[in-house]
Amino acid sequence: MIDLAVVDLSRLQFALTALYHFLFVPLTLGLSFLLVIMESIYVMTRRPIWKTITRFWGALFGINFALGVATGITMEFQFGMNWSYYSHYVGDIFGAPLAIEGLMAFFLEATFVGLMFFGWDKLKPQVHLLVTFLVALGTNLSALWILIANGWMQNPVGAAFNPDTMRMEVVDFMAVLFNPVAQAKFVHTVSAGYVCASVFVLGVSAFYLLKGKHRAFAKRSMTVAAAFGLASSLSVVVLGDESGYTLTDNQKMKLAAIEAMWRTEPAPAGLTVIGFPSLKDRHTHYEIKLPYVLGLISTRSLNGEVSGILELVAVAEDRIESGVVAYDALERIKDNPQDIASRALFERHRNDLGYGLLLRRYVEDPRTATPDLIRMAAWNTVPNVPVLFWAFRFMAGIGLYMIALFAAAFVLCTLRKQETRWFLWAAVLSIPLPWIAIEFGWIVAEYGRQPWAVDGVLPTFLGASSLTVAQLWTTIIGFALLYGALAVVEVGLILRTIKKGPSAGHDDEAAPVVANPPAVV
Amino acid sequence: MELPLDFATLRLIWWALMGVLLIGFALTDGFDLGVGALLPFVARTDAERRMVINTVGPTWEGNQVWFILGGGAIFAAWPFVYAVSFSGFYMAMYLVLSALILRPVAFKYRSKRPGAAWRRFWDGCLFVSGFVPALVFGVAVGNVLIGAPFRLDDDLRSFYEGTLADLFTPFSLLCGLLSVSMLALHGAAWLGLRAEPGPVVDRARAFGTVAAVSSMVLFAAGGLFVAFGELGFRIVGALDVNGASNPLRTAVQAAPGAWLDNYGRYPWMMLAPALGFLGAGAALLGLWRRSEPLAFGGSSLSALGIISTVGLSMFPFILPSSIDAQSSLTVWNASSSRLTLFAMLIVTAILLPLILIYTSWVYSVLWGRSTTAALRTNPDLY
Repeated sequence: MIDLAVVDLSRLQFALTALYHFLFVPLTLGLSFLLVIMESIYVMTRRPIWKTITRFWGALFGINFALGVATGITMEFQFGMNWSYYSHYVGDIFGAPLAIEGLMAFFLEATFVGLMFFGWDKLKPQVHLLVTFLVALGTNLSALWILIANGWMQNPVGAAFNPDTMRMEVVDFMAVLFNPVAQAKFVHTVSAGYVCASVFVLGVSAFYLLKGKHRAFAKRSMTVAAAFGLASSLSVVVLGDESGYTLTDNQKMKLAAIEAMWRTEPAPAGLTVIGFPSLKDRHTHYEIKLPYVLGLISTRSLNGEVSGILELVAVAEDRIESGVVAYDALERIKDNPQDIASRALFERHRNDLGYGLLLRRYVEDPRTATPDLIRMAAWNTVPNVPVLFWAFRFMAGIGLYMIALFAAAFVLCTLRKQETRWFLWAAVLSIPLPWIAIEFGWIVAEYGRQPWAVDGVLPTFLGASSLTVAQLWTTIIGFALLYGALAVVEVGLILRTIKKGPSAGHDDEAAPVVANPPAVV
Repeated sequence: MELPLDFATLRLIWWALMGVLLIGFALTDGFDLGVGALLPFVARTDAERRMVINTVGPTWEGNQVWFILGGGAIFAAWPFVYAVSFSGFYMAMYLVLSALILRPVAFKYRSKRPGAAWRRFWDGCLFVSGFVPALVFGVAVGNVLIGAPFRLDDDLRSFYEGTLADLFTPFSLLCGLLSVSMLALHGAAWLGLRAEPGPVVDRARAFGTVAAVSSMVLFAAGGLFVAFGELGFRIVGALDVNGASNPLRTAVQAAPGAWLDNYGRYPWMMLAPALGFLGAGAALLGLWRRSEPLAFGGSSLSALGIISTVGLSMFPFILPSSIDAQSSLTVWNASSSRLTLFAMLIVTAILLPLILIYTSWVYSVLWGRSTTAALRTNPDLY
C-alpha cells in the first residue's frame, strides 16, 4: 500500500520549493525585457543616463537571477527524487519539454548572462543590446517549455497508455507542443511576470521620488515601467487562462470549484462575485451573482454550459467504474501479454484507467472496491472549494487593482505629474502585491489540479517515490533552512543595492544641482 | 509516418548522447568545480581569491547547464534511469543539490560586501559547491558499477533498499577520489590558462601535479577492482534490442569480471582507458614544462577517457541492480518510446551545434587572463 504520509510530505516539499522558486522567476521574466527596453533607449539616444538606468536595474536583476537559477536546479531534479513513479509513468512525454528547455532556453540565458554583466566594455553597444535581448529571450522561452510541460499535466493530449511498458507514451508530438492550455498558461504567466517587474521598478522609483533622490533616474525608470506595466496588466487579465477551463473534466471541476458552482445552471451561467462556499453543506452561502458573465467568459458563447460540481462528480463515478474494467484488463495483459481479448477490452476503457487508479488510495486492488468506495473516490475528485474560491478572488482582485495602478501611473507620467504623493505611496506599498497574486495563481492551478498529478491519467498519491518519512523530513527541514537563509541574504542585498542607488555622476537632468546630494542617505 | 531510424539505433545514439552530455559537463563545468575545490588552497589573499573566482565568473553559469541538461535529457530519453537513480540516491542527490544551490549565490554575493568574515564564508561555500558534487558524482558512478540495491514490481514501480551510508564502500570512495582528482587537475590546468602568472599559478601547478599523479594511480586501482573485485553483470538468454522498454522482460545475471567482456569483443574500446592515462600524463608534462594548452588539453582528454571507460565497460548496462538482477536497466530496456527518442534527436541535432557556436563566441569575447589589477578598475568583477 502507498504510504500517504510520504505522499503528503512529498507534496509539501514540492509546494514549498516550487512556490519559493516562483518568487524569483516573475521578476527575471519581466525585468529582462525591461532591461531590453531601457538599453534600446540608450542605444538609440546614446544618453549616459539610460546606461546608468540599465545597469542599475541590471544589478538587481543579477541578484534575483542567481537565486532563480539556484532554486530552479531543485525543480529539475525533484521529479526524479520525490516523484519517481510519476517520472516513469509520464517521462516519455513530460521529460521532452524539460530537456528542450535546457537546450533551447536555459543554455541561451545562462551563457549570455555572464556576457551581459561582464561585456559592457568588450562589445559595441548594439551587440551588447543583442546579448541582453538574448538573455530576455532565453528566460521567456524557458517559461514556454516549462509551461508546455505543466500544461500537459492539466490537459494530457497526444499520449496514450502502453500496457507493454506500463506508462504513457507520446503518440502526437505536435499536440503536446500546441496544447491550448499550455498556450493560455504561457501568455498569462509571462504577462504576470511583466507586471511583477513593472511594479518593482515603479515602486522603487517612487521610493526615490518620495525621498527626493535620483529624480531624473527615477522619473525615466517610472515612465518605462508605467507603459510596460499597463500593457502587461491588461494582458494578464484579458488573457487569463480561463479559456482552458472547459477542455477536460478536471479543468471543468477546477472552474466549478473556483466559482463554488455546485450545480449546472442553464446557459449562460452567472458569475459568483462573492459568497461563502461550504464543503460540508455543498452550498455557497450569501452569494452575490452577476448574471450570464461566467458562461460568456469561460465558454466564449451564449449557449455553452458550465458544469457544476455535483454533475461532475456523477461523471467521475461512471469513469471510475469504467476504469476498474480497464484495470482488470491490464492485470490480465500483465499475466499474459498475448491476451488479445483483454487488449481489445483495455483499448475501449483505457481513457478511464486513471480514474480506476483513484481507488488505490483505499484498496490495494481496485477490482475489490465497493460502490460506497467508488462514490467516495468520485467525491475525491473535488478539490478544496473554499481555498480555490478565495485564492482565485485574491488573485483576480489584485489583477484588477494593477490595471488601475498602471493606468494612474501612465496618465501621471504623461502629464509629468509623477511626483503626486498619494500615487508614490500607492506605488511603494503595491510592491508585494504581484508576488501575492502570482503565488495564489499557482495555488489555484496546482492545488486545483488535485487529486491528479496528470489530469485523469495519474493520481498524485501514486506518483511519489518509495521514500521514508524520515528522509522527507530531513530534506524538507534542510531546504527550509537553506532557502530561508538565502532569502534573508537576497532581500538584504537587494535593499542594500536600492539604498546605495544608481551610480552617481550620470544624473543629467537639466534642473540645477539636486537638493539632496546622493551621498547622504 | 514510418520513422527513418529503428528503435535499437535510436537507443544506441541516445546512449552515446548521454555520454556526450556527461563529458560536456565534465569538460566545462568540471573546471569550475575544480577551481572551486582548489580556491582556498591556491589563493590566500582576498585579491588572489577574487582573481581566481573571475577566471570562471562570467562563464560558469552556462557551463552548469550541461549538468541540468544532463538531468533533463536522462528524464526525456531514459525515464527509468532518471526515476530509479534519482529516488534511490535520494540523500546523495540532496547533498549535491544543496551544494549546487550555494554556488550561484556564492559567486554573485561574495564580493557584494567588504567584510572579511562575509567573504570567507562564501569562499567556504564555493569550496563546498566544488568539492562535494565532484566527490558525490564519483561515488555515484562507483555505485552504478557495483549495482544499486533496487527492484521493480510488476507496475514497474521502483523500491530502493539502501541508505546514504551504504553508498560509501571502498570501491565507490576510490571512484569519488578519482573524480575529485580528475576535476582538480582540470581546474588547475584552467587556472594555468586564465589566472595571472605568479604565486597562484605556481600553487595550482603543484596541486595539479599531485592530482594528475593520483588520477593515474586511482584509475589503475579502479581497473584492478573491476578485474578482480566481483563486479559485473551479463544479459542471459534471448535479447530483443528493438523490444518494448520493460526491464522485467530481460534476463540478467551477476557475473563477476563481466565489465571486462567488451574489451575482448571490441579491442578498439581499449582506447578509452588508454586516453585516461595518456591524457593525465600529457597534463603532467604540460604542468611541468609550463605549457598551459598541453596541460588543459591533457586534462580534458583524461576526463574524456575516464568517463568513456565507465560507459564502455558497462555497455549495454546503464544501472544494474545488486539485489534483483532482473530489474537491471540497460540500453535495450530502459529508454523512452521510439517516437520520443526520434523527436528529441531532431531537436538536439539542431540546437546542440548552435549552443556550441554561441558558447565559443562568448568565450572568445571574454578570453584573456584574470588579473588582480583589473579588480581595482572594473567594478563589474565578482
